[in-house]
Amino acid sequence: MATLEADFTLPLRTFALDLALEVSRTVALVGPSGAGKTSALRVVAGLAGPQRGRVALDGEAWLDTASRLSLPPDRRRVGLVFQDYALFPHLSVRANVAFGSRGRAVDALLERFRIGRLASAHPAELSGGERQRVALARALARDPAVLLLDEPLAALDAHTKAEVRHELAELLRELALPTILVTHDYEDAAALADQVGVLVEGRLRQLGTPAELVARPLDAFVASFTGANLLRGRARRGKGALTAIRLESGEDLYSADEAEGEVGVVVYPWEVSVARAHTPDADSALNVVRGQVGSLVEVANRVRVRVGPLTAEVTAASAERLELAAGGVAYATFKATGTRLVPL
Amino acid sequence: MFSATAVALAFLLLPIVAIFARVSPGELISQFSRPVVKDALLVSLKANGVAQALVLLLGTPTAYLLATRRFRGRSLLVVLVELPLVLPPAVAGIGLIAAFGRLGLLGNTLNAFGIQLGLTQAAVVIAVAYVSSPLYIRQAIATFEAVDPNLVAAARTLGAGRSRTFFRVVLPLSRRGLAAGESLAFARGLGEFGATIMFAGTLQGVTQTLPVAIYQEFNNDFTTALAMSALLVVVSGALLVALRLTLQWQPSKPTSRFLFAPSR
Repeated sequence: MATLEADFTLPLRTFALDLALEVSRTVALVGPSGAGKTSALRVVAGLAGPQRGRVALDGEAWLDTASRLSLPPDRRRVGLVFQDYALFPHLSVRANVAFGSRGRAVDALLERFRIGRLASAHPAELSGGERQRVALARALARDPAVLLLDEPLAALDAHTKAEVRHELAELLRELALPTILVTHDYEDAAALADQVGVLVEGRLRQLGTPAELVARPLDAFVASFTGANLLRGRARRGKGALTAIRLESGEDLYSADEAEGEVGVVVYPWEVSVARAHTPDADSALNVVRGQVGSLVEVANRVRVRVGPLTAEVTAASAERLELAAGGVAYATFKATGTRLVPL
Repeated sequence: MFSATAVALAFLLLPIVAIFARVSPGELISQFSRPVVKDALLVSLKANGVAQALVLLLGTPTAYLLATRRFRGRSLLVVLVELPLVLPPAVAGIGLIAAFGRLGLLGNTLNAFGIQLGLTQAAVVIAVAYVSSPLYIRQAIATFEAVDPNLVAAARTLGAGRSRTFFRVVLPLSRRGLAAGESLAFARGLGEFGATIMFAGTLQGVTQTLPVAIYQEFNNDFTTALAMSALLVVVSGALLVALRLTLQWQPSKPTSRFLFAPSR
């Protein structure tokens, strides 16, 4: 299996993008917009020249500032799918896909991406999902050794997105190329990538498998980015082996993690149960937050309920049974072992 | 607002209407048989053809460079390129003499190669190219700047080198803008008068272009000058339309891919 190494520093407007990655399967770079994610792809593709760095595929250097080597983009075997797809508006679908194919079979690709019947259409006539498939087919027609995807799902509507995400995951598995994928959506990253790197202001805050990031977020940003609830408070030694955290609202929470001082309490929505009444003796959960029911959002077969400062995820059936409605009062409970304490 | 528009349009059209009101189609056609007119028309077309070919050939890469590269002094260069636009024609003529004339800055160098520009058709070409190229280059810079840089980047990552990217992506996408710029330059070149008469002279059949011939005829016989003017209006109009149609014409899909494409 091929391995892409990328280790470079690229000065951006207000900070420097500083990245060191070793990619042999799919790595997702996630982070807020303006974190330098797209710039990272541009460096690997040869569209941006970093101050210092090395980019190499299986030991063969594409960029090595130490030996003043930098191959132009057309001599790096990358397939880059742009965020807005950057299809050539003056060329048909077939001509777009054939652009970098150098005689390789274009028809097979058109069929594989189900764009054969659109072969003579122009990009302006296509839907978002179709454009995305043309962009992928065009990038693959070039026979890339490395795949770079910039927000491949961002331009799609919610309806198409789930399906396209599934197809893309299959494709990436099948291609088994070193792939760097950029997204601002953690769920997309977790669904598509083997490893996820959280990039903030040009620096990797944490790199790990999606499961690792959720189980052990290194800081408050990573935690909230991965979809966790984040409550701020002050930690002190509590009874037994537990840490007590006094929240800004005055309530006390307990965690099995050890910490002292200002901390963030991280709890994932699926660790939180929701009840209409609270009976302390009948509940093993130590932590109870009473609050007003805010929004109720259905996601597939589950419902995300906002209770006070917390988001909980319950099954649609439970939501119905509890007769949860916005404006009512509910109790959100979670175990001390279901929390993580992170530095703020 | 409507009356202002009516006044402006009337003002712009009236001189042209006035010319045609006084020239019958028969008079217009009979102009073609007069040697002075025939010679002048030929000189105008030949000099403009060569000059516009040079403008396209040298102006296009210049404009692309100025549009896509960021370097120190770039905006100064862009201003300098546009400078001939604001020069009065007489000043342009003097400048050309001072630069390329027998006693000019490059006069000795040109002499050493046995090149004498004064009173030759080459001088007409230079005068026309000088006054018309800024119009083309200016428009071409704006057109190239409007091409989405991501499309250029996409072509590069798909394995196309700089020239293939230019011919297959940038140029086809810029065709309309370039056609508009070249139309303006061509119109300006065809009407070129001041710099030509000063730098190239008025030798019939060699340097006497149609506008120059009209001016000379104006001193002899106003009616003939009028008929020749009508002819120039018709010729410029026809050429402009033809040029626009040629450059904007979208070839059918299969051929378009190879029209400008160099071999890989």
